[in-house]
Amino acid sequence: MELKLALKVDDLDNVATIFANDITDGTVVEVRDKKGTNETIAVIGNVPYGHKIALRDIKKGERIMKYGECIGAASADIKKGEYVHVHNLEALRGRGDL
Amino acid sequence: MSYTFMGYRRPDGRYGARNLVAVIPSVICANDVGQAICRQVQGTIGYFHHQGCCQLPLDLKRVTDVLSNLGQSPNVGAALVVSLGCEGTDQNRIVEEIRATGKPVEIIRIQELGGTSRAIQAGIDAAQRLVQQISGLQREPADISNVTMSIKCGASDTTSGMASNCVIGYVADRLVDLGATVIFGETTEFLGGEHILARRAVGGENGPVGQKIYEIVDRMEKRAKTVGEDMRGGQPTPGNIAGGLSSIEEKSLGAIMKSGHRPIQGVLEYCDRADGKKGLWIKDAPGREPEILTGMAATGAQFMMFSTGRGAPQGFPSMPVIKICGNPNTYEHMIHDMDLNAGLIINGEKTIEQVGEEAFALMLEVLSGKMTKNEALGYYGSMDIFCLGPVI
Repeated sequence: MELKLALKVDDLDNVATIFANDITDGTVVEVRDKKGTNETIAVIGNVPYGHKIALRDIKKGERIMKYGECIGAASADIKKGEYVHVHNLEALRGRGDL
Repeated sequence: MSYTFMGYRRPDGRYGARNLVAVIPSVICANDVGQAICRQVQGTIGYFHHQGCCQLPLDLKRVTDVLSNLGQSPNVGAALVVSLGCEGTDQNRIVEEIRATGKPVEIIRIQELGGTSRAIQAGIDAAQRLVQQISGLQREPADISNVTMSIKCGASDTTSGMASNCVIGYVADRLVDLGATVIFGETTEFLGGEHILARRAVGGENGPVGQKIYEIVDRMEKRAKTVGEDMRGGQPTPGNIAGGLSSIEEKSLGAIMKSGHRPIQGVLEYCDRADGKKGLWIKDAPGREPEILTGMAATGAQFMMFSTGRGAPQGFPSMPVIKICGNPNTYEHMIHDMDLNAGLIINGEKTIEQVGEEAFALMLEVLSGKMTKNEALGYYGSMDIFCLGPVI
């Protein structure tokens, strides 16, 4: 079966975006950055088109990086390969409650 | 290499991409008369907003400024102001300022004329006169440096920051290098990326422009915080979240890609025009479509390049809007609303430069008269003016 791609924008990133359908728990994806493919990862969870996975274990409270910039903090411990979205990533900006 | 488009030369020296008669209600209460005129007279468009009375003085000035600037914009060849007669805006100033650009302009007043039906009749006669007066004007070659491009992204998903916004950034860089003007905004969508923009400011992060960028973002963030609310309920939008965007920071970092890489010359307020300003500028405006599209058209932009991933269909009455779609599935699914497929970048079939050149070529065609998909469909009726204070 053809491998699915997960795109990593910047070297500092700890998440990658998957532009493919039918990504379910256990699907193996190729992580590709500007230089090419660097590894394969087994996805944990069902990941819709255009959504993200963790490229390494991320501890609760740690910064989540995309485009080489901070896009929020982990609101729970995240395992390598795990689906990353609003359930385990929280914004740090525009917060009236902080 | 120089580039030209075919535009309508205005008496003030600017070039329009369209030659429209604008019907301008000076207050929401004049909308129905204006709409009846537009339905009857070919070649007209209307600005049917919801402001103009029972507002704080600063907002009444703002509404007057914006309506005047819309009438002065180069895509408008003549204007008909529709006044009720008792509103808070300054209708006479709107008429005088548009007239000062050398364009034909008329005004009708509903109360003075004896009500709706008489105002509609007088308005149809006036609009017909104006259309006959300007519709014979021929397009002339104009250098690309006469162009003001506005840019925006809407109904974004994660493809926007990795494909369609990058295409617009490519076109923005090309236009700046050719001596044209480029304006981007959506201050809410600088949150989390403002340091990148501030470092690109003329004079650096600590210069006046860099500091102004931090200031407008802080102002926008505080506005959300003052009501004690968490912005996350509204930004990113439910559609953004379904499209994979997890936070306002992620949305912003993708959004600012559309500004390209050139230095930022300064910050324009919502009502400001861009006359004589070259290079890349920021307009301090929120991201919602009706308000920012109005602000951009009032700037004097002849067209907009609009990036989307989920599929935003709307345009603006007097400003062609070119839809660049970053999501290949949405492009196919909403093909009658999307002008260009940047999703081929996501699929690995084309590069940003290739789609960027296609967007640049399409831009020249649209400036020269080709209708965008939203124009051909007439999907441009909703607009509004961004006001600061309450309705009183």
